[in-house]
Amino acid sequence: MEFKDYYKILGVDEDASKSEIKSAYRKLARKYHPDVSKEADAEDHFKDVSEAYEVLKDDEKRAEYDQLRKYGQTADGGFDPPPDWESGASFSRGGFTGADSMDFSDFFESIFGGAGGGFRQQRGQGFAMRGEDLHHQLSLFLEEAYNGCEKSLRMQQPEPGPDGRVQRRERTLKVKVPAGVRDGQTIRLRGQGGPGMGSGPDGDLYLDIQIAPHPHFRLEGGDLYVTVPVTPWEAALGGRITVPTMGGKATLTIPEGAREGKKLRLRGKGMPGKTPGDQYVVLQIAMPPKQTERSRELFRELGEEVPFNPRDHLGV
Amino acid sequence: MSSRTPQAEMMDELMRLTLRDLCHDCQVNAEYVIELVEFGVVQPREGRSPREWIFAGEDLVRVKKAERLRRDLDVNLPGVALSLDLLEEVRELRRRVDDLEQDRTRD
Repeated sequence: MEFKDYYKILGVDEDASKSEIKSAYRKLARKYHPDVSKEADAEDHFKDVSEAYEVLKDDEKRAEYDQLRKYGQTADGGFDPPPDWESGASFSRGGFTGADSMDFSDFFESIFGGAGGGFRQQRGQGFAMRGEDLHHQLSLFLEEAYNGCEKSLRMQQPEPGPDGRVQRRERTLKVKVPAGVRDGQTIRLRGQGGPGMGSGPDGDLYLDIQIAPHPHFRLEGGDLYVTVPVTPWEAALGGRITVPTMGGKATLTIPEGAREGKKLRLRGKGMPGKTPGDQYVVLQIAMPPKQTERSRELFRELGEEVPFNPRDHLGV
Repeated sequence: MSSRTPQAEMMDELMRLTLRDLCHDCQVNAEYVIELVEFGVVQPREGRSPREWIFAGEDLVRVKKAERLRRDLDVNLPGVALSLDLLEEVRELRRRVDDLEQDRTRD
């Protein structure tokens, strides 16, 4: 088991005062709180920081930890609790998911025992506690969000073992993501969170949806935006063009004299749902990559035929 | 826990929740939700009195987030309300920056 140096995690000295520990914790908790931080491993950092604070803020636990820190470390930086070790400290609730010490590391469990003792004692006496709600992020491609999909989620789930002590079990859960889910939206799977204690019901699993950027489509709420290049003559003369949508090709009518950046709406072609979003096509005027002598001549002719200064508003 | 593929519920504006549902699902008491409403953290979508209040799925997500911030960061309710608004603004701005950066790399 890896030894966790709680002082190092909080960035404080061994002889740090309670107020220094509290202040270091608060600063790091703000930095790594999963609701605030954008860092990929924020939740792991936050759990480490919470665990370190849970121990170091409490005189009794800190004294026990200091003792183990001195004698329990192995030569390779690992950790084995002494064979007869038994903690006198109890734990309190806290942490990101509303978890109690079930959410702390194996290292913490090996020292302080976690929820095991209390759970064992209270079992069978009508004790019931709802399982904790779990939160995870679920990243999807836009195609998956648009069409709906089935995803497999691998999670480490703490749960009470046969002896009442906390053990971690890897669990794979298949999730059916409904079509039309949007970026930043949350979906819930009832009863798929942490297991309830006693006769308490299981908690729920909340998945925060994150949709990866798409090379062509941009998502804004339920609306989709796509930039579509048109030729100068298509823009000048108008007409029907074929444009991509997430549901396949669609035909769009361009008005005569369309300008660069003009937004045209395809109603209901955005993300599906009870109120489907729209798709907006943003026009971009593209020049042919190569000119021929004849095309140059035609452009020259056009310039003479249509006197137009696009820089008029700049006074030049 | 069942082994079949569980059906996901979208926590969106179409989900309707009474104050009782909200309290049950967030494991908080009604007085706390009333305070959150007073501080503008969540707004009922319908109803004039707590008995009649109807919230949406998005409000449930917000109440849970508010509770995490309050507990984990020791923030009071005006602080929670401000943090949630600023976090939403940051999220929106980040999204816009990502879009602009993607447009730039496309050109």
